[in-house]
Amino acid sequence: MVENRPLATFVTHAVLIAGVVFLCFPVWMALVASTHGPEALSKAPIPLWFGDQGWQNYRDLLTTGLPEAGGVPVGLMMLNSLIMALGITIGKIAISLIAAYAIVYFRFPFRMGFFWMIFITLMLPVEVRILPTFDVITRLDMLNTYHGLIIPLIASATATFLFRQFFLTIPDELVEAARIDGAGPLKFFRDILLPLSRTNIAALFIILFIYGWNQYLWPLIVTTEENLYTVVMGIQRMANSGESLPVWHYIMGTAMLALIPPVVVVLAMQRLFVKGLVESEK
Amino acid sequence: MKRVVFRSRWLPYALLAPQIAVTLIFFFWPALRAIESSFFIEDAFGFAREFVAFENYARLFADAGYLKSFRTTLIFGVGVTALAMSIALALAVAANRVLQATTLYRTLIIWPYAVAPALAGVIWFFLMNPSLGIVAYWLDLLGYDWNHYQNGDQALLMVIVAAAWKQISYNFLFFLAGLQSIPKSMMEAAAIDRAGPWRRFWTITFPLLSPTTFFLLVINFVYAFFETFALIHATTSGGPSDSTSILVFRVYQTGFVGQDYGSSAAQSVILMALVIGLTVIQFRYVERRVNY
Repeated sequence: MVENRPLATFVTHAVLIAGVVFLCFPVWMALVASTHGPEALSKAPIPLWFGDQGWQNYRDLLTTGLPEAGGVPVGLMMLNSLIMALGITIGKIAISLIAAYAIVYFRFPFRMGFFWMIFITLMLPVEVRILPTFDVITRLDMLNTYHGLIIPLIASATATFLFRQFFLTIPDELVEAARIDGAGPLKFFRDILLPLSRTNIAALFIILFIYGWNQYLWPLIVTTEENLYTVVMGIQRMANSGESLPVWHYIMGTAMLALIPPVVVVLAMQRLFVKGLVESEK
Repeated sequence: MKRVVFRSRWLPYALLAPQIAVTLIFFFWPALRAIESSFFIEDAFGFAREFVAFENYARLFADAGYLKSFRTTLIFGVGVTALAMSIALALAVAANRVLQATTLYRTLIIWPYAVAPALAGVIWFFLMNPSLGIVAYWLDLLGYDWNHYQNGDQALLMVIVAAAWKQISYNFLFFLAGLQSIPKSMMEAAAIDRAGPWRRFWTITFPLLSPTTFFLLVINFVYAFFETFALIHATTSGGPSDSTSILVFRVYQTGFVGQDYGSSAAQSVILMALVIGLTVIQFRYVERRVNY
């Protein structure tokens, strides 16, 4: 702080607290609503403090699920989300690491051509090419499978770039030393490059896990079997449950279950998360 | 560029193969097919198709609904970007001022980044529900009648607020990083010259933040245009009467619900051109840095 102004300090804290309230309030209401029974949520104003139905609501959700959402237990949906998120994350990191390694540490024909091919994928989010991609998946017979959920999303220009930038900062002497000691390219990659990339991999892991967990459109069109529903996508079936009234206590409970894993990851690994986010977007 | 490299005839290709295979099969092939089918009209069963050149595009631009969707998308994009960036900037400036508590506030502000847009939408949908939502109830006490099931403008406002709510934490982190890189000595010099906090913000902080601001502008527009599909789909489904039907939602709607393959493909191509344009702008200007 440059100078001491009590009024400015007061305003600063007021702004911050207002912001935090604005950000937290919706989730607070969702959490509160998920602990009430349907009667408390049938007319306005709804309660602002917890009810006593919490355990029962969450137990119902996790074990039996809702008929409105196809009767799939939310526990199963969360498992599907976890498989998809981990598959996408690990897949993206693995293929980006080796692609960046090839581009940085080898000279071969069409090197830059491949580089630009990967670069261009940055520009084509799945939302804009949804129908033809669906068509491709149908032809490859990948509907309603885990690999259909995962593989189309694992190409990653961002991750490849991040690793490329990082590899470029590694001193050439390391490669020379490794070569003098008789290490081949694969041994160098495994024993020197991978251990050095640990922090970058961890930071990227957080960002990509959130990306994978929060996928919506892709699971929506690739899965028609209820057993493969993911939780972020499955909630939509409850909110738009046709003729019957939406069951808000269950919907908000599901919303809480869907947002807790990624939020916990962000908060628990805050330092790595900030590093990963700020660096992967540069 | 590395001076020392490994030599191998086949290894680099093998290392690149998985990434390139996924790219070819799930990016290039669909993109080319989208371009191809945008020139055809296909019957609903996919048996026959007819080459129509630019008719799909011509039909789109003659369609009042599609043009309205452009307008909706623009309002939505500007609304989300303005709201999410201004709140985030205010919070970042404030968080940068409180020295000891910055980390605490940062923790309290960044977590919505992890909330999926669909969930943000559903939660706000609940808060604003005309019959039992708490915010709608408060608005009612203030004498304001809220019903986003009937009022299109209110529905659009609701999805803008929900989308911006989720994006604040992202912008906040980048603004805070930008603020922390501004040298303290500059502020002190200005303070010695008797420039107050307000004046210092507009003459020093804001111009020095312009690269961050520009980068975030592009990112926020891309977010609002493309990543909010889930938010719209899980809440308003484009309604009431198409008032929240943004372009990405329309591609899906035309293709999967309306089964109009050619039109959906043409819309895809237009959107791809839009993303490529935005990305090019981002790289040309962000690389060069905004001058001040």
